[in-house]
Amino acid sequence: MNQVIILAGKEIRDGMRNRWVVVVTLLMAGLALILAFLGSAPTGTTKISALAITIVSLSSLSIFFIPLIALLLSYDTIVGESERGTLMLLLSYPVTRWQVIVGKFLGQTVLLSFAIILGFGIAAIAIAMKSESALSDQAWSGIIGLLVSSALLGAVFLAIGSLISAYVRERGTAAGIAVGIWLLFVLIYDLGLLGLLAADTGHNMSDGLVTALLLANPTDAYRMFNLVGSQEASLLSGMAGLSAERQVSTLILSTVMILWVAIPLFFACLLFQRRPL
Amino acid sequence: MSETIKHIEIKSVVKSYGKIHAVNNVDLNVLAGECVALVGPNGAGKSTLFKLILGLVRPTSGTISILGQQPDQPVFDRIRKSIGFLPEQVLFQGSLTGRETLQFYTSLKGESKDQIDGLFQTVELVEAADRRVSTYSKGMRQRLGLAQALIGNPEILLLDEPTSGLDPASRLNFYEIIEKRRVQGAAVLLSSHALTELEARTNRVAVLAHGKLVANGSINALKSKLALSSKIKLKATPTQMKLLSTKFADHFDINHIVNGVAVLDCPENQKVSLVKDLMSSDIKFDGIEIIEPTLEQVFASLTKGEKRL
Repeated sequence: MNQVIILAGKEIRDGMRNRWVVVVTLLMAGLALILAFLGSAPTGTTKISALAITIVSLSSLSIFFIPLIALLLSYDTIVGESERGTLMLLLSYPVTRWQVIVGKFLGQTVLLSFAIILGFGIAAIAIAMKSESALSDQAWSGIIGLLVSSALLGAVFLAIGSLISAYVRERGTAAGIAVGIWLLFVLIYDLGLLGLLAADTGHNMSDGLVTALLLANPTDAYRMFNLVGSQEASLLSGMAGLSAERQVSTLILSTVMILWVAIPLFFACLLFQRRPL
Repeated sequence: MSETIKHIEIKSVVKSYGKIHAVNNVDLNVLAGECVALVGPNGAGKSTLFKLILGLVRPTSGTISILGQQPDQPVFDRIRKSIGFLPEQVLFQGSLTGRETLQFYTSLKGESKDQIDGLFQTVELVEAADRRVSTYSKGMRQRLGLAQALIGNPEILLLDEPTSGLDPASRLNFYEIIEKRRVQGAAVLLSSHALTELEARTNRVAVLAHGKLVANGSINALKSKLALSSKIKLKATPTQMKLLSTKFADHFDINHIVNGVAVLDCPENQKVSLVKDLMSSDIKFDGIEIIEPTLEQVFASLTKGEKRL
């Protein structure tokens, strides 16, 4: 366990040192603030809290950004060290291979979660302060849900990135696969599902099947978590109708996302174990 | 008694990748207090041998024992604490300082961080310790790599091409450090291309070619066993040259006569008598030079012909 913490600590130190955290935190805060102030223009003064609006727009944007940032951070976890020659050195130390995968993953998760929580948190506080409704009326539970689920979404794609990195032999290949995975989960999957639903004029697909298909994609699970999770937000996002029939508890959604972390990570360890040096 | 302990014991080890035998039936022991140089052209199997010793790859057949433990055993993880390794090419994270890099590796070995200052002194990097590794020169990075291998005063030192990129002064310092550790009882296995610098510094040389161990012994023993011929370079006027070629052609192969310089091949044991014959003949020479076979030639003849000693 000690070795895992040492490896995680090194990863965190690297991230802090090369300004990665600063850049991502600023990016997150900047996006959140731009959305908040652009987003509040059309609503004017309504009973809906400014934060609730921000959650809707922010989660839609996070679906694109967080997986991309997470994959960029993790795709060269193993393959990068392998190319620099430090992997062989690292494994000559009293460290097992699963400790390398898990330690690096934990370090990266801390980094990314820190950037997300700090970036979004700063923005949320700024929005709440500017808002005309009282601070206590704000959708605080919604924003906490957003922060936690965003960190979890990041962890999912960090785990997937580690899996890619443990599998391929060259950095270039890893980068290519990472982009492909990103496109698949963020764009292609939903387009495909939408096409399927549109083609299904006879309503042959049960609600359960559609829900299962949505749950199978971690980004959709994240979307449902944030848009359906809070009453206000689901009204705003137009998902209120959807949620009545396909209400999935936040517990199930969190479980799905945690499985999306655990399973790729497990296979990353397995593949790394078999990787020839 | 420490002289008889085999720190590294490799017994008829084969490592194949498909049909290619990267390491082919190698037997090699390194005792405590011994420094063995692993020599061979690129692709001869040196790095694979290091990986086998470290337990990073498993042998196809044969056995390896490091400090009495086999690398594929779970307990080998504890043995790793007693191994210092310097890979052939290592690029440490440029964003960290030298000290942070050593702190990381020291804590992975579960060693005290108090030794870090001493390590920087040993490898002469004290001033650069708190600078980022990205500002280091190639030689400085190599010295940082060596410092990393010395953490915890390991009983086994495995050094893959340790002196590449080092200037002559650092090279000297490097061999002094290794010698000190060897005298303290460490078993040192290092690989190198720079044969000439090995001559006085290693107890034994193990020559690898195409995965096979073609020679294993002291450099002097190798030289005499191979019986490489010396060359005698003679200078004379053209008329004297003609005389030389008629008188000595039967006994020795006079390779080339260029610009009044003739080169005669001569087996080591006949060197003295040939020079005597030359001097007592009535040929007038303007100059004479005896060229001994260099280590590079010893090496080349071993690895090219796959001659087995």
